[in-house]
Amino acid sequence: MPLPQIVPIREIYVENRRVRTFVLDTALPEAQPGQFVMLWLPGVDEKPISIAYPSPLTLTVARVGPFSTALHRVREGERVGVRGPFGRGFHLQPDRPALLIGGGYGVAPLYFLAWHAVRQEIPTTVVMGARRANDLIYVDRFQALGVELVIATDDGSAGRQGTAVEAALEIARRDPPPVVYACGPEPMLVAVLHLCQKHGLPGQLSVERYMKCGFGICGQCSLDGMLVCLDGPVFSVEQLASLTEFGRFRRNPTGRRMPV
Amino acid sequence: MAVDLSVSLCGIRLPNPTVLASGILGLTHGVLVRVACSGAGAVTTKSVSLAPRDGYPNPVIVEWGGGLINAVGLSNPGVEVMVDEIRAAKEQLAPLGVPVIASIFADTIYDFGTIARYVSEARPDLIEVNISCPNIDDQYLRMFAADPYVSAQVTRRVKANTDIPVLVKLSPNVTDILRIAEAVVEAGADGITAVNSLGPGLILDIETARPVLSHGTGGVSGPALRPIAVRCVYDICRTVDVPVIATGGITTARDAVEMILVGATAVGIGSAVYYRGLEVFREVCQGIQEYMERHGYRRVEDFRGRALEMMGHR
Ligand SMILES: Cc1cc2nc3c(=O)[nH]c(=O)nc-3n(C[C@H](O)[C@H](O)[C@@H](O)COP(=O)(O)OP(=O)(O)OC[C@H]3O[C@@H](n4cnc5c(N)ncnc54)[C@H](O)[C@@H]3O)c2cc1C
Ligand SMILES: Cc1cc2nc3c(=O)[nH]c(=O)nc-3n(C[C@H](O)[C@H](O)[C@H](O)COP(=O)(O)O)c2cc1C
Ligand code: FES
Repeated sequence: MPLPQIVPIREIYVENRRVRTFVLDTALPEAQPGQFVMLWLPGVDEKPISIAYPSPLTLTVARVGPFSTALHRVREGERVGVRGPFGRGFHLQPDRPALLIGGGYGVAPLYFLAWHAVRQEIPTTVVMGARRANDLIYVDRFQALGVELVIATDDGSAGRQGTAVEAALEIARRDPPPVVYACGPEPMLVAVLHLCQKHGLPGQLSVERYMKCGFGICGQCSLDGMLVCLDGPVFSVEQLASLTEFGRFRRNPTGRRMPV
Repeated sequence: MAVDLSVSLCGIRLPNPTVLASGILGLTHGVLVRVACSGAGAVTTKSVSLAPRDGYPNPVIVEWGGGLINAVGLSNPGVEVMVDEIRAAKEQLAPLGVPVIASIFADTIYDFGTIARYVSEARPDLIEVNISCPNIDDQYLRMFAADPYVSAQVTRRVKANTDIPVLVKLSPNVTDILRIAEAVVEAGADGITAVNSLGPGLILDIETARPVLSHGTGGVSGPALRPIAVRCVYDICRTVDVPVIATGGITTARDAVEMILVGATAVGIGSAVYYRGLEVFREVCQGIQEYMERHGYRRVEDFRGRALEMMGHR
């Protein structure tokens, strides 16, 4: 993969107290929804971040540790490095309605997918979950796309009370049955997997594992024999169900197995 | 006429001469098994140390136009975890007949013995001793493989602590690889892996005037390394009489055949996994087979070292 491309940050949006969106002065017209880039802060670190929109390249990042904290301190006009796009993304099934289920910052890459679905005139429902109303992101953007939007919060402060997957149940039972596309924390993905299996729905789930190279050399992101950076990050329900590590184990930076 | 691609390396049978090089994908048994199922004749683990290591921050590996440059920082989960990974890989690879090579490294000559003993509990088919990582931080500490005496001491320590055949992995960053090869063989090495990555090298991001790798410098591998690796293998094979896994810039069957012609028993493949994907193992084997058919060779030994004869060394 070529060296990182250095680009200025054009705009920064504060989504909520932990999440910001960065619009970069570059475009990745070839990128597919579900693919990711390696975002480099020279002198700090480089991390995988999903593409929330490709042109201009838009990334939505939660503040969780040293890298993302440093990124949240970056100002408009300052420069970052990007490599990519990497990985295998979502494949929209054109003949079936789309049910998108997102949690946390996982909602952002689903925006890119929803944009494609709408353009292909696929009936699309987006179900997003958050702890409380203040944590919701991308609500206006999805509304502007004109998709059906269902919101679930743990405390009921917005939308219905409960998890995104509970809220999705009703839509999963519709006829014609939808195809499920999901991105979010792993416990949510496990619940989505069960939902798909129970209702016999095809599903594509975006999975995270610790990444170093991002392009299939270091082996760090392994999930059983799969490489999340190359074979994923989007996997089918059948693939994930056949693995021993999904929902159970991830690997830390040394490669040691840890509980999810 | 049937062509037999299998080779014997220190008494261990490989179904074909291609070997997954250390540090490429081989962190977990799941991926080691996948690589073997993709056609590798043997698989090498990421180099393992006594204690776990996080490695350096990203970027740790980039492609720069002529190859890769890496400074991963020898991240690994430590030998305690790796023993389980090797055991699991061995168990799953036994039916395929694909051997597992455990790569080990340590900071001191003494610890090389300790880790050799520890890793032997998992009964890998071979142990590869990495004395040649070019990313050394301590400016007073030289790479073990730079010194024939130290290389021999490490080899002796490892040999004294295991009954498993031992390969010593040498560095191209020396003026006298011949003498180092002689020293490790005299110290009991059963075979040699040559070579580790070259350098260190340095690649900058010119927009920010910073190195691209977080560590700054890194080891150079891939196509840029190949002619140097071929010369190193040539030097080693005309000097010592142990099997060699030739590694460095091999991406095609042509490159693999070249290494066998200068005397290699097997060929290590690392960076080519980036350039060609995991299909590289099958493609290289297929190409070697076609070469053998074209030349009427039945076994890999039939052409091993032919270039040494041509160049007057045998
Ligand atoms: C394919 C993929 C897509 C991602 N997309 C997004 C996104 O769109 N928005 C977003 O905010 N985050 C995304 N992440 C996660 C993101 O890479 C991390 O949260 C990173 O920003 C954390 O770095 P840190 O130093 O701030 O935190 P740290 O304290 O280093 O880590 C916090 C947690 O982040 C995860 N993490 C840290 N480093 C890595 C790494 N190198 N690779 C994978 N996970 C890591 C680990 O789970 C860790 O426990 C994605 C991860 C992957 C694998
Ligand atoms: C990303 C990367 C990590 C590596 N890690 C190790 C390692 O842990 N131990 C080791 O002995 N060699 C390591 N190497 C060196 C390779 O095993 C190999 O000797 C070298 O890359 C030359 O072969 P190639 O050109 O086919 O890649 C590493 C190489 C790369 C590219
Ligand atoms: S991150 Fe290196 S192989 Fe996936």
